[in-house]
Amino acid sequence: MQQSACTLKNVKKVFGSIVANNNVNLDIRRGEILSLLGENGSGKTTLMNILSGIYFPDEGEIFVNGEQVTIRSPKDAFDLGIGMIHQHFKLVDVFTAAENVVLGLEEKTRFDLKKVAAKIGEICDKYGFHVDPYQKVYNMSVSEKQTLEIVKVLYRGADILILDEPTAVLTPQETEKLFSVIRNMKKHGKAVVIITHKLHEVLSVSDRVAILRKGEYIGTVNTAEATELSLTEMMVGKKVELNIDRPLPVNPQKRISVSGLNCKNSEGLPVLTDVSFDAFGGEILGIAGISGCGQKELLEAIAGLQPCEEGSKIEFIAPEDETPVSLLGLSPKRISQLGVSLSFVPEDRLGMGLVGSMGMTENMMLKDYSVGHSIFTHTKEPHDLAERIREELGVVTPGLSTPVRKLSGGNVQKVLVGREIAAAPKVLMTAYAVRGLDINTSYTIYHLLNEQKAKGVAVIYVGEDLDVLLALCDRILVLAQGKVTGIVDARKTTKEEVGLLMTGKGGDK
Amino acid sequence: MTLASFISWFTGAFVFGIVIMLGCVGETLTEKSGNLNLGVPGIMYLGGISSLSAVFMTQLRVREMIAEAAAVFVEAGNRAQEWVPETGLLKFLTQPVTSAITVKGAEASYRVFFDFNGWIGVVIAIVAALIGAAFGGLIYSFLTVTLRANQNVTGLTLTIFGSGVANFFGGSLNKLAGGVGQISVATTSTAFRTSFPWISTAFGKVSELLFNYGFFSYIAIVIAIIAHIYLNKTRHGLNLRAVGENPATADAAGINVTKYKYLATCIGAAISGLGGLYFVMDYIKGTWANDGSIESLGWLAVALVIFTKWKPINAIWGAFVFGLCYWVYLYMPQGVSEILAELFGVQKISHLQSLYKMLPYIVTIIVLIITSLRKKRENQPPQSLGLSYFREDR
Repeated sequence: MQQSACTLKNVKKVFGSIVANNNVNLDIRRGEILSLLGENGSGKTTLMNILSGIYFPDEGEIFVNGEQVTIRSPKDAFDLGIGMIHQHFKLVDVFTAAENVVLGLEEKTRFDLKKVAAKIGEICDKYGFHVDPYQKVYNMSVSEKQTLEIVKVLYRGADILILDEPTAVLTPQETEKLFSVIRNMKKHGKAVVIITHKLHEVLSVSDRVAILRKGEYIGTVNTAEATELSLTEMMVGKKVELNIDRPLPVNPQKRISVSGLNCKNSEGLPVLTDVSFDAFGGEILGIAGISGCGQKELLEAIAGLQPCEEGSKIEFIAPEDETPVSLLGLSPKRISQLGVSLSFVPEDRLGMGLVGSMGMTENMMLKDYSVGHSIFTHTKEPHDLAERIREELGVVTPGLSTPVRKLSGGNVQKVLVGREIAAAPKVLMTAYAVRGLDINTSYTIYHLLNEQKAKGVAVIYVGEDLDVLLALCDRILVLAQGKVTGIVDARKTTKEEVGLLMTGKGGDK
Repeated sequence: MTLASFISWFTGAFVFGIVIMLGCVGETLTEKSGNLNLGVPGIMYLGGISSLSAVFMTQLRVREMIAEAAAVFVEAGNRAQEWVPETGLLKFLTQPVTSAITVKGAEASYRVFFDFNGWIGVVIAIVAALIGAAFGGLIYSFLTVTLRANQNVTGLTLTIFGSGVANFFGGSLNKLAGGVGQISVATTSTAFRTSFPWISTAFGKVSELLFNYGFFSYIAIVIAIIAHIYLNKTRHGLNLRAVGENPATADAAGINVTKYKYLATCIGAAISGLGGLYFVMDYIKGTWANDGSIESLGWLAVALVIFTKWKPINAIWGAFVFGLCYWVYLYMPQGVSEILAELFGVQKISHLQSLYKMLPYIVTIIVLIITSLRKKRENQPPQSLGLSYFREDR
């Protein structure tokens, strides 16, 4: 039996009328990895924010090393040895790694960044990772930033580490590396908590799993005794079908044809190099790649939002009409009138497509603002559409006029994806449609995509989770640094093959 | 251009520059905490009027006190005169004290007090300017940090408030002093314009160009250097910058965001207020003018923050460049002015003045364009500038 590092008793936290945590009991032990599992909005992050001093609990008790404590601020949390690695990195972009590490520390010694750099080097050696103390954060990759976050909490002498969805933005290889670091920390007697909703990760890395459902604490089980199905049932509260349907494409017709596509970013560097592929109606084409490898630019180029280089070719073939129409040079509005729809879910979810301070109804209206000629707005249809999306997708919101910014991430995404699908497109492009969504909602969205596929729509799905890409798509196009490294049949390929293609190494096979 | 006119252009630009440099350094500190305080003109107004009225009222009060004392003295003398015969005891004691002599004595002692102690006025002026301006910063922080009001609206309101308050009291002071232009705190102003001995004359023209300004000019430059060191070389400076870049990160790192925002805004405002003080005491020599000149200087200070790319050290030369641009119309060769007048279809050459006065703003816009084109992250404004922060915001 390991020593208990931190215990939560009957913790409750309320935001306005929403109960984010209720009666949560948690036991975090040294030399152990605990997974915190739950759907979106089940209060995992809120709970950990309470531990790290960002939020203050309304009720309940917290014990650290057997003593009851009050954590009023992040500083209190540090003093108790609790360090949190947030899902959205808490780093200052224009600072160097070392500057970020010492931020907020009240050391009595003279301010000397060289000493800090030396100590960072020591920590890196101990746990086996690499950080350049003088590198600016804005030059770092996602995984480097995450490593820096871990160094930051270790530098502060944390021995209870909380990682909030650490693998959401990592490739399978980077994830494996992260897990080995975490196992290393476990060996050194640290207590580690991982928040995630990827079940296979829970099973592979953790010792025990604590499950939350809609803010309520469900229970803690030993990972060795759990299976994917049993965990899902605890999480969702009912039996769920974990298999994604994948009907064979019916009568696939060429819908989009891209060849020799080249794009440059605003700094003049190539982001897409010689991309060629076809997308068929009635088929789901997956696009895999490490984030920032040109997925966004590819979709934007098709939607007319990204200028393309000379010689690029993008053609659209309407189902009723065999003659290809070139999409290059058409305005985004014209392209979307042809039936090419793009729903891009950026990391912050609100960045593209929705206006945070507007309600659901008004956000529905954004898409067809130009319909009708009256100077007054038509609210009836958007209102009905909003109502329908709310019911069909189960959007949890106090009302249709509540600003979407106030909804939880998953619900915001449902609104966005729901609206795009409702536009009845002929080509539906979605990027990160299930980013950060829980299992139940994700499956609702996969189901919606399959419905579109059955209707003969060409679906292009940019995803992060390889397991899902492999289970949902018919074909997978892999991008690495703006180049197509392969188009594989999703029914025959393996995760390893796709992972290798993503790093650009498998390209010559 | 003759050497004499070059020197006068240079010195004019220097003194002008000190005013906006102080405004700019204060505003830079404030903006580094993420508070976009557009109330700089109002704050400089507050600093200026606080110092002027404090010194003026002290002078007035001291004069009154001495006059009162004299009156008491005179009355005592008179009473002694009346009283003595009644008792019949002290007849031989006094010569009657005449009021005229006493009042003259009081005037003299007043002058002695202030002529020799212009420095008392300096201390009073600085303290008053710091308090008055920091008060403006406090209003701003309370509204934007505690109540989370919109920063732009609050700042603009503060500008209107500051200029209103200042011009109201400026008008009253004029009245008290007996008419527009009658306010004079000459002794204090002279003290402010005292330059350092020896060095101000030792090197001929060089001294005239660089070392012949009021001592406060050099204090201002030292303030800019200290601000630079604070921001870039100290732990607290690092924390402050983090607050302005990303308050959520700073908060998670255990930095008290509210405290930093309050302190940076109030201290920044106090420094900006010293610009107003310098303007009143040195630039216009201890008088008051209700012509809105402080306001236009305040906006130049805001423009200078952008020009300097949020680095106080750049403000030292940046302010001087602004000063040169601002006064260039006085020293423009006749030929150039004539060509320009022809070009813009201006009737009188003196009307070109307004065009020349746009130069600092045009320079700022050019700097903005260049820095935007270069896209260097270090030259951008603090990332969360203008946004309020609430920890439990979802």
